[in-house]
Amino acid sequence: MSDVFALPAPVAARRRATAEPVLVRAGLIGIAMVFLGVFLVVPLAAVFTEALRKGVQAYFAALTEPDALAAVRLTILVALIAVPANLIFGVAASWAIAKFEFKGKSVLITLIDLPFAVSPVVSGLIYVLLFGLQGWFGPWLQAHDIKIIFAVPGIVLATVFVTFPFVARELIPLMQAQGSEEEEAARVLGASGWQILWRVTLPNVKWGLLYGVILCNARAMGEFGAVSVVSGHIRGLTNTMPLYVEILYNEYHFAAAFAVASLLACLALATLALKGLVEWKARQEQDNGEPVFEYGAAT
Amino acid sequence: MSAAVWQWRRPSVLPGFGLALGYTILYLSLIVLIPLSAAFFKTFALTWTAFWETVTAPRVVASLRLTFGASLIAAAINGIFGLLVAWVLVRYRFAGRRIVDALIDLPFALPTAVAGIALTAVYAGNGWIGRLLEPMGIKVAFTPLGVIVALTFIGLPFVVRTVQPVLEDLEPELEEAAATLGANRWQTFQRIILPAIWPALLTGFTLATARAVGEYGSVIFIAGNVPMVSEITPLLIITKLEQYDYAGATAIAVVMLLISFALLLLINLLQWWTGRRMVRI
Repeated sequence: MSDVFALPAPVAARRRATAEPVLVRAGLIGIAMVFLGVFLVVPLAAVFTEALRKGVQAYFAALTEPDALAAVRLTILVALIAVPANLIFGVAASWAIAKFEFKGKSVLITLIDLPFAVSPVVSGLIYVLLFGLQGWFGPWLQAHDIKIIFAVPGIVLATVFVTFPFVARELIPLMQAQGSEEEEAARVLGASGWQILWRVTLPNVKWGLLYGVILCNARAMGEFGAVSVVSGHIRGLTNTMPLYVEILYNEYHFAAAFAVASLLACLALATLALKGLVEWKARQEQDNGEPVFEYGAAT
Repeated sequence: MSAAVWQWRRPSVLPGFGLALGYTILYLSLIVLIPLSAAFFKTFALTWTAFWETVTAPRVVASLRLTFGASLIAAAINGIFGLLVAWVLVRYRFAGRRIVDALIDLPFALPTAVAGIALTAVYAGNGWIGRLLEPMGIKVAFTPLGVIVALTFIGLPFVVRTVQPVLEDLEPELEEAAATLGANRWQTFQRIILPAIWPALLTGFTLATARAVGEYGSVIFIAGNVPMVSEITPLLIITKLEQYDYAGATAIAVVMLLISFALLLLINLLQWWTGRRMVRI
């Protein structure tokens, strides 16, 4: 079925006319597969092999350690705050940018993309400069006994920063491509702003939205550099799963480190599968004449 | 208030502009703009000489050289192999193509710390691939070569994903015309296909470089982190922080921020150029 979809008859005929010799084809496919094998498949396989090196029992024992469970809980908590926060921002930003014409729009779009250009380590550092003991608000925070750096709020803030653009940059091009005729029609028919958002706009962009949320969540749960700077690495309290992996690894508990890492690898594989599913559903609706969802815009 | 707004935006029947834009700007300022400006203000506390001495210290310069050198080499590797992978995925049909296509995004989805320890396990002297390379005298893990391997991994999707759509949209008539005029496949590739995908390739290369320059998690496990040899700049920032040298850490961070912004500008220019080129073709 896939071949039929990708290669309509005239294109297939063209391929035969201007195709490479079979040997060249096979050679190129071979080189590409070896490259991907060495860089992607082998490391992925290594995670699971190393995790099970000491047996299934040790694997599950490593995952049910209190510290491991605390790390899983913190990772989920952080994602549960960061993803909805950036989802609401993404909807607000794309509503303003895609449905209205105003000056300075391209500057605003560039600023929204800014966190992608910043090194994760620097992303963590800027919050230390604000809220750390020597930071702008440090003395005030200490006087009021509020901890942000080396505590959960700092981890949440750093995660929100690094996942900031994900939903917005999926929604903005999609909503721009869709235009605002449907919303205007709804308005003329007497719908309120919230009704338009819930009944017209969001259903139209649901796949793009879901795509952004999936990517945002993967990054939120997997972020390492930024979180590492603000966490303070307090076991059972401020260790997310990636930080816990690092601690176990540096203490030479390799099997345990890879066991926790294998959970994150499963999350990555689930992310890829979900992403593929969303792309497929979106393409199906596109074939049925529904709005275009341009996948792969987020990098 | 609305009277002032109407001057810089086109009127619309849709509601919620003020609320949506207001929230966007507030959230953007609180999360991104104010914290980022803190880094710049913190550096202003340093005198120019102190700043210059910090960022030109031999250890910092060595780390910047490694970070940029390894990033450019990794992006070049991805430029060549990414183009090849994109070509194979777009032009050829083979078993498992869809799974391979989905797997390309693995470096985006896999947490960098996991990638770091996995690559270290594979490329260490007793690892699956390291074991094969060691007899040839090639050491990957705990050397600058390891940095390149990690940066190649995390930059892998960029070139593939920028080149792929352009290759898909390439008009077959151009290649047919070239064939009719007597060009062989290699000539067609060089003179017809490569110029058409060149802007996309360059964009992917720059995106991969930009990502690699700031990368931390996947590198620190495999690099060995020897000062002057295999220590990347983001790690040096963390080291300074751990020594409570906030001013020093911030000075290096500002240099990295400026470089990142320059790369971002370059990417925007490239994308603008790509857009222009696509219209012309």
